[in-house]
Amino acid sequence: MTARATSSDHPAPVTVRIQADDFSIADEIAALTKDRGDIGAVVSFTGLCRDEGGKLSALELEHYPGMAERAIRTIAEQAVTRFSLTGITAIHRHGAIAPGGNIVAVVAAAPHRQAAFDGAAFLMDYLKTDAPFWKKEHLAGGGTGEWVSAKDADDAAKARWRRS
Amino acid sequence: MKVRMVYFAWVRERIGKGSEDLELPADVTTVGELIAHLATLGEEYEGALSVPSVIRAAIDEEHADHDEAIGNAREIALFPPMTGG
Repeated sequence: MTARATSSDHPAPVTVRIQADDFSIADEIAALTKDRGDIGAVVSFTGLCRDEGGKLSALELEHYPGMAERAIRTIAEQAVTRFSLTGITAIHRHGAIAPGGNIVAVVAAAPHRQAAFDGAAFLMDYLKTDAPFWKKEHLAGGGTGEWVSAKDADDAAKARWRRS
Repeated sequence: MKVRMVYFAWVRERIGKGSEDLELPADVTTVGELIAHLATLGEEYEGALSVPSVIRAAIDEEHADHDEAIGNAREIALFPPMTGG
């Protein structure tokens, strides 16, 4: 039997992808935990496109190529350090996404559950306000709607992670 | 100084282009001064930048406050508050 790797053998992998294609959350969890015996907890978050009560046919995700990847990687690396994660994966899609479709995924792995929960939530709260993506509405009746406005609630969610 | 400007979301739509190369006057040294300068370039710029406090900026792909110095920036981005996730 092959010896299981321990955390001291591994740098915590940080994977960030910005892509038009869909993703499989199961595949991402499997990739993050493969050949690891030191992970006791994996928390995944998936953000989906809502139809806002039937109003929308799609959301168009615009992004700043280069900076989008860089900004999310910076947050992900902070999450690994702050919560001693054993790995983290973040994927954000761009382009037109229909209601029910995946927009964003975060998978955080750690020896224990609280760090995994916190790592995933921290990354999402910072991503919402700091990653250069913008959503434009496409209406069910045809035509384009408004650019989605930033929410004060998202700033408040980020602020809770500030250290006093 | 010559700088590459890039615009996103409704800032891009209102200005009417996604990017352009601009020659900046010597007295434009901060992000805030750059936004004020751009707003004088025509009514589409004025419309996009009429409420400077809502405009976010990045210098060479790093977030930058309005009082931050432009320095030797190669690329400066202007955009609305982000709504990803």
